[in-house]
Amino acid sequence: MAFKLKLTGATAAASLLALSAAQANEPVTLTIVSWGGAYTASQVRAYHEPWMEMNPHVTIINDDGSANALAGLRAQAQAGNVTWDLVDMLPSDAQLACDEGIIMQIDHDAILAAAPDGTPASEDFLPGSLGECFIPQIVYSTVLSFRPDAFPADGQPETIADLFDVENFPGRRALQDRPGTNLEWALYADGVDPDDIYDVLRTPEGVDRAFAKLDTIKDHIIFWTEGAQAPQLLADGEVAFATGYNGRMFDAIEVEGMNAEIIWDGQVVEWDGWVVPADGRNLDAVMDYLYFATDTQRLADQAKFISYGPARASSAALVGDHADLGIDMGPHMPTAPENYFAPIVLDNDFWVDYGDEMRERFANWMLQ
Amino acid sequence: MAQADAGAAFEDAQTDSSGRLTTADGTPLRAALRRAERRRKVAAFLLVVPLLAFILTFFVFPIAQMMWRSVDNPQVVRALPNTLEALRDWDGRELPGEEVFAALHADFVVDSERPRREQAMGPLGIRLNYELSAARSAISRTARSAPGFEAPYRDAFVSSHRLWGQPELWRIIKREGRPLTASYYVAALDRQYDEDGSVIMRDENRRIYVSLFVRTIMLSVAITFLTFLLGFPIAYYLSILPMRHASLLMICVLLPFWTSLLVRTSAWIVLLQQQGVINSTLVAIGLLDDANRIQMIYNMTGTIIAMTHILLPFMVLPLYSVMRTIPPSYMRAAKSLGATPFTAFRRVYFPQTLPGIGAGGVLVFIISIGYYITPALVGGQSGRMISNEIARHMQQSLNWGLAAALGTMLLVGVLALYWLYNRLVGADSLKLG
Repeated sequence: MAFKLKLTGATAAASLLALSAAQANEPVTLTIVSWGGAYTASQVRAYHEPWMEMNPHVTIINDDGSANALAGLRAQAQAGNVTWDLVDMLPSDAQLACDEGIIMQIDHDAILAAAPDGTPASEDFLPGSLGECFIPQIVYSTVLSFRPDAFPADGQPETIADLFDVENFPGRRALQDRPGTNLEWALYADGVDPDDIYDVLRTPEGVDRAFAKLDTIKDHIIFWTEGAQAPQLLADGEVAFATGYNGRMFDAIEVEGMNAEIIWDGQVVEWDGWVVPADGRNLDAVMDYLYFATDTQRLADQAKFISYGPARASSAALVGDHADLGIDMGPHMPTAPENYFAPIVLDNDFWVDYGDEMRERFANWMLQ
Repeated sequence: MAQADAGAAFEDAQTDSSGRLTTADGTPLRAALRRAERRRKVAAFLLVVPLLAFILTFFVFPIAQMMWRSVDNPQVVRALPNTLEALRDWDGRELPGEEVFAALHADFVVDSERPRREQAMGPLGIRLNYELSAARSAISRTARSAPGFEAPYRDAFVSSHRLWGQPELWRIIKREGRPLTASYYVAALDRQYDEDGSVIMRDENRRIYVSLFVRTIMLSVAITFLTFLLGFPIAYYLSILPMRHASLLMICVLLPFWTSLLVRTSAWIVLLQQQGVINSTLVAIGLLDDANRIQMIYNMTGTIIAMTHILLPFMVLPLYSVMRTIPPSYMRAAKSLGATPFTAFRRVYFPQTLPGIGAGGVLVFIISIGYYITPALVGGQSGRMISNEIARHMQQSLNWGLAAALGTMLLVGVLALYWLYNRLVGADSLKLG
């Protein structure tokens, strides 16, 4: 009996050994969480497909959960059942998740590829974009767009200040129902220099000043919640101005043929990128994917499918034509010099610290 | 089975020597009956066990957990045990002394030696930031350098972040240094603590929740009333039609029920927006000037219209099921006794529909008080409800404590209204079909 048992044990050990030897090509399924729609599609074509061709044993499942990524990460960590392998999220949320210890800290130079000329990753990514736990992919911006047919040909709006000028530029404005971007623009339109906006907003007087400026257009505002609503409102002719993400606006204008134009003045610039949940199950595959998907060529490739700028300096020169439309994507990048003349770089530290208070103020202001 | 046993026990009842009733095999009758009764109870209990387990796991447990979250407050206690000890005798006025800062330093050192997943300073910063803006960056910035601080610690901390030099942060640490807190409820009622620790109203420009609660209740009452107004005639007509036609019409009532909620809401956007079907039609037939198109969506009107439509079946179905059971002969009898049609309706028919109205009303009201997708899409700024804020705190700001406090208040409010309804009308009269 004892002998028999021993034998079975040995067999089991042997088969285990065989298993781990075969592990290299064992099928792996990665769950990658992103924003869905055109954005996920661009990642599939620029990153997933070429990488899966090199690694046929891996299957990638796309999950459109990024809008609530922080809630999802926290719930999975608390339940001790982490099913997401890689998550695309905003740096402010990434910082919160990092503080909570539910995503991995990243040593960028050890994990990411250097630029083709040998510049280490930590210097190649745009200044200020790397986070403790955050690997940026793209630069996107929130921009103001308008319908040219809502204004006379010789009186088209050109600046953020025009958004706040209801006398010369009548018509309704679609703004997002959160304080971010709106407060920055109110101060910018009120004459604050883009570089000083957050210093002013950190003072109570500065906040009052921003809300006083917003008061001037309050009766002309429709608030939108979901990203897709803004171009829709503009396309339906419900509003004359709409704020929105530059990629969605590009899609609506260039792909859908909507009659609208983008104002690049005062574009609010932010990063978007990857975080790795702590205690994920397929860390080897995830690291391999990350090394590939964030290299110079891949980041440049993504710009062929959507008009978001690559987060690496070395990628800018490689940005080419749109894969389907054939138009040169260079001028549509938020980071193109002719668009990047008065950017407001979103201050994530400010929004993580003051976000709750500002949202309360803003909600109160909306209710009044 | 158990009953049969008991019956058998009765039939075979005999009297033993001392005069007590016994069964055929000599056991006292009372014991035999009790055993049979117990067996029946166990069988009945076993039958409901699956349902009970389901309710406990998916209903009672999550709700209890949510209520627990609204008072649970482990972050400060876990992160700053030494500091809290040192703060015990602090009067809450001036900045605490060096010994408190030394204890704070000790807490930071202890935490920096923990494995990353167990570090307590990150959650602490997020928790304190709910009470005081920028407290998060005070913690996280200090956490990196604090283990290297040298005495005097007070100066080192104050120069690493300005908030350490403000008594307000220390008051919050002391106040929240208990495993249970009321501060989520304080915030949910638009209130805050002042310097002495008493509860006062929040700054006027930061109050939101109380007015949202009031608005939510008002909107729900309006929607309930409108569904009643629209549903009553439909239900009445359905109940007097022959079954064949009634089923056909019933399908029309239920059709929107089977359509996706998002599709129905989007349909309302297409109809109601300023460039939408209704406005354009009114302009085309000359009833409306092109410049004065009516704003019917992205405001309270939009929420009321869309939600009334969506919740209408919940009113019609209970009404219909009650009306169907009212014999038409009652009305005829009333009229033959001299009542006018209106009096007959008011005194005879209408009171009999009350159980249906009650059921429909309670159903529509309770559903609409917790609705959030439709208000988020068509409500604009004036048509938002409290559930939109709860959803935002659950999914975006991740202040689950506050979300739980708001949710608990909503739940208690609904239960209170239900209790009131029960006292006034009686829950027994509810009829859902």
